[in-house]
Amino acid sequence: MTATSTSIRGREIPDRLVPGWKRALKSWETLLFVVAVAIFIANSLASPYFLDPWNLSDASFNFTEKAIIAFAMAMLIIAGEIDLSVAAIIALASTAMGMAMTAGAPVPVLVLIGLATGLICGAFNGFLVAGLGLPSIVVTIGTMSLFRGLAYIVLGDGAFTGYPDAFGWFGQGYVWWVFSFELVLFVVMAIVFGILLHATDFGRRVYVIGNNATAARFSGVRVDRIRFILFLLTGLMSGIAAICLTSRLGSTRPSIATGFELEVVTMVVLGGVNILGGSGSIPGVVIAALVMGLVTFGLGLLNVPGIVMSIIIGALLISVIALPRLWKMART
Amino acid sequence: MRGILKSREAILALAILVLLALVAMRFPAFILPGNLVNVLTDTSPLIILALGQMVVILTKCIDLSIAANLALCGMVAGLLNMAGVPIVVILLAVIVLGALLGAFNGLLVWKLGIPSIVVTLGTMTIYRGIIFVLTAGKWINAHQMSPEFKDFPRAILLGLPVMTWIMIAIVLVFTVLIYRTPLGRAFFAVGGNPHAAVYTGISVGRTQFAAFVIAGTLAGLTGYLWVARYAVAYVDIAGGFELDVVAACVIGGVAIAGGAGSVAGAVMGALFLGIVKNALPVVGISPFAQMAISGIAILVAIAFNARSSRPKGRIILKQAEHRVVEGSA
Repeated sequence: MTATSTSIRGREIPDRLVPGWKRALKSWETLLFVVAVAIFIANSLASPYFLDPWNLSDASFNFTEKAIIAFAMAMLIIAGEIDLSVAAIIALASTAMGMAMTAGAPVPVLVLIGLATGLICGAFNGFLVAGLGLPSIVVTIGTMSLFRGLAYIVLGDGAFTGYPDAFGWFGQGYVWWVFSFELVLFVVMAIVFGILLHATDFGRRVYVIGNNATAARFSGVRVDRIRFILFLLTGLMSGIAAICLTSRLGSTRPSIATGFELEVVTMVVLGGVNILGGSGSIPGVVIAALVMGLVTFGLGLLNVPGIVMSIIIGALLISVIALPRLWKMART
Repeated sequence: MRGILKSREAILALAILVLLALVAMRFPAFILPGNLVNVLTDTSPLIILALGQMVVILTKCIDLSIAANLALCGMVAGLLNMAGVPIVVILLAVIVLGALLGAFNGLLVWKLGIPSIVVTLGTMTIYRGIIFVLTAGKWINAHQMSPEFKDFPRAILLGLPVMTWIMIAIVLVFTVLIYRTPLGRAFFAVGGNPHAAVYTGISVGRTQFAAFVIAGTLAGLTGYLWVARYAVAYVDIAGGFELDVVAACVIGGVAIAGGAGSVAGAVMGALFLGIVKNALPVVGISPFAQMAISGIAILVAIAFNARSSRPKGRIILKQAEHRVVEGSA
């Protein structure tokens, strides 16, 4: 028994409880928040155009769509699964809306079709993972190819354009002053998912599944049903993101939202969610979304090309995870 | 175990033959030896990278940066060629650079214990970004490359292009490496049961590091072959190719949870995708359908893999879970 405990180590249990405020001060979210504030200050010093409410509002468009998917993805990853097909779902949902638009469907129908496509794709992923027991990472690599492949079959190298003006509101409209529909949606979804994950028994079960699915099953948690619901949620959020993105761009190409899945996963991991499942929080993901948005916007103001920003995002992802581990190694 | 593995590869071989027969019905010239050699040559990069990815997946990791590594090494090969460096030095340089890029992934996984999917997600964007920094987004076109640089992979040797011979050599080396060396056994041991591997004296981290270095080396070599064969280098070459490589492994029966897979399987998985890609335009199906078809092939392959490799342990739990699923459906 002693021999096994050296290699199969459980979670460390502290000798005495650390006071709540001390724990909060040392938490990942706090560290990330400090990073966000630092970037905010650096940006406002580097560019005179940064501290303008309209500029900041414009800048929010570069993370809101990804962030609303990231909330659902965070829950999925906490439960020990992953969905790499989210960007492909956006492509397929956008294509479906484009087809309906060409057939003359009114705006509410377009929205319904976007949502329904997201739900159907999510249900398909959920069925393969929860129903058939297949590993989610390869399943969603497969469905990523399939969903985007269907968009390519419909569109080839063409595009759908000419969405009705009213449809543009979801991606370009403002609810009040500088607060765009997308920004309000981001805040509302952050609250909804925060409550769902941190204040409901559904959320507790998500953590339990991520920490030990076998134990969860024996404790009466309907593991597969919850996994299915999480895939459904991620699909639905991708459908909503598809509506916003299509509305904002005003067109659909089969290559729409390419690479979104990686940025969404980066956002979630940056937000402190353990990629192996079991821990993480929605506030962390919210701050991570702001950090990524601020970095991209700030560098954009400084005329840094997009691909260099992606280097910085990649380096940020690795270093925020590597630094605490290096720190720990240096201390022991 | 042996029997299952053999039969799975037999099924895959049969699927490839059926595919070839279907294509031949519509377009008999497709299965002429000359065309099959073309398909084989065209699929060589995928086969080489699928073998590299296979050893990484065997050790419970995944390398999503493999295509970015290829693109970076390919661009460096192109730049060196423009500077007038001889081919032999270029070959050495890309192999070393590829190995170093792989080693960087491997070190982060080994020394810091960061999950490989996170590491390679990050390095994938970093490596591709470096290409942009090196070139400011400029292309290297065919006329800027020396004839020797472009001709090397295409030169015909005993009826086959050099690129195809390199692929065949790598397949042979891998067959020996995987089935006849301690390192090959270590890959399976680490993926099959990491705790047991530690007790038998195998370092899990070091083995994963070795897998990343091997994958990186192959990506570096393929980078030169790719750029020389297509005679163009730019930031986005082989964009998204990492997913084709993972797909080839999955179709070839490499278990994503590690510990199971075979050289023949990975090669055939890559060939299957290669044949589909080359056959679609010939039989008059839009090339845009290729993505959806490979998606379906991946899903069918995973379902197959899961059926034949379901763990024998925990039978009670599996049944309990399935009863719930059936009850709720």
